[in-house]
Amino acid sequence: MNSPDVIVIGAGVVGAACALALCDAGLKVLVLERSTISSGTTSAGEGNILVSDKTPGPDLTLGLWSRQAWFEVSDRVGGGFELEAKGGLVISRSAEGIAKLRQFAVQQRIGGVEAVEVDHTGVHELEPHLEPDASFGIYYLQDAQCHPMLAAARMLQAVRVAGGEIREAEEVIGLSRAGSELSVRTKGGLFTAPIIVNATGTWAGEIARLAGSDLPIAPRRGFILVTSPVPNLVRHKVYDADYLANVASGEAEIQSSAVVESTQSGTILIGSSRERIGFNTSLDVQILRRLARQAISLFPLLARVDVLRAYSGFRPYMPDHLPVIGEDPLVPGLFHAAGHEGSGISLAPATGELIRAAVTGESSFMDPTPFSPARFMSTS
Amino acid sequence: MIEVRVFLNGEPVQAPAGQSVGAFLLTAGHRATRTTRFGGKPRGMFCGIGICFDCLVTIDGATNQRACVTRIVEGMKIKTQDGSGEFE
Repeated sequence: MNSPDVIVIGAGVVGAACALALCDAGLKVLVLERSTISSGTTSAGEGNILVSDKTPGPDLTLGLWSRQAWFEVSDRVGGGFELEAKGGLVISRSAEGIAKLRQFAVQQRIGGVEAVEVDHTGVHELEPHLEPDASFGIYYLQDAQCHPMLAAARMLQAVRVAGGEIREAEEVIGLSRAGSELSVRTKGGLFTAPIIVNATGTWAGEIARLAGSDLPIAPRRGFILVTSPVPNLVRHKVYDADYLANVASGEAEIQSSAVVESTQSGTILIGSSRERIGFNTSLDVQILRRLARQAISLFPLLARVDVLRAYSGFRPYMPDHLPVIGEDPLVPGLFHAAGHEGSGISLAPATGELIRAAVTGESSFMDPTPFSPARFMSTS
Repeated sequence: MIEVRVFLNGEPVQAPAGQSVGAFLLTAGHRATRTTRFGGKPRGMFCGIGICFDCLVTIDGATNQRACVTRIVEGMKIKTQDGSGEFE
């Protein structure tokens, strides 16, 4: 491609959403991916599009807008990525947990979340195979799910159809100023554009450092178990309220809570663990056992369902649990779109929209200041 | 070889204890143990060593068990599956 307007680094779900938004704004977009499409964290999660785990404030505003935008993205690209508004059910089984969850839902409702309190009968009507003693839950009608790799692929396909270019196996090894533009050096070549979007997720700090800046993104590892197909055993996205505390925590040590959902192919995905131990790819059987135990405590029938496989990945952890979306104050022309931790799928379309607005200088649905990269940089 | 009674799709039949369910089904004339989830196509023993997950059957109410690596025991309830089967 001759002289692109924008180079997006990273072909995961966030990079794909940014590329599509920029492309639809009339810009010539080149996407550079070091490996293959969705080869990073996009392929290591569950495809959650959640509002239930979003804290009222900028996180929730971004999440609600993004959830709606996913359905528009689906129309735009012709579907094909298993987008489903299945609803989420958060269960709590202790008096203290119920009080906290109830209070959290009250605040979320004020922020626009559809959250319905359900009792013993209600939770079992929603999930007939849930453990018999579960007697309190919040039903989140807006929670949705998709197949994230297909979502990224469909968006990038739309970018390509609209004249954009996607280049795989282009690992970025240098980023520097070249007059009024920025130049990106890969192992295979040199690409130049006035605008660069850094959508490299957990690895976005490395790209920032190549450009002479920095981002405090750290890998937070998670494991997922995949069962053999058992249709209709689990109908919604079901998780234990402890998950909310784990998401909000900054602890480095292992934390886990049951997150269970079925996919359109019939398999059940079981998460969720979080730990900060660097880019450690070793398999930890203790964690897998813990995930299985916690899932069985929610759905006892799972004890008789086989696990087919397990996988792990690295969420881009941010110290303040907010993504970084916006222009780097130290490197004009470099825009970051990363650090979504476990919400990259959820927040991809809204991130694309805020990047589009930032790049074109237009306003958007919210003030992007809370996500600014400047919040980590001293102004002295 | 000791013959025991098992239930194949609800019918009591004699089967050799310790033999694989897959071998027993082949002997009983069931080349297909299940159908595919979306296309409804027949599937049966393919690798025969537990790797391919093609020869799935329902055993004692647990769906998607590999017939080739499951041994016959007295009273076992074996069901051929439509798609992913009916989890009980």
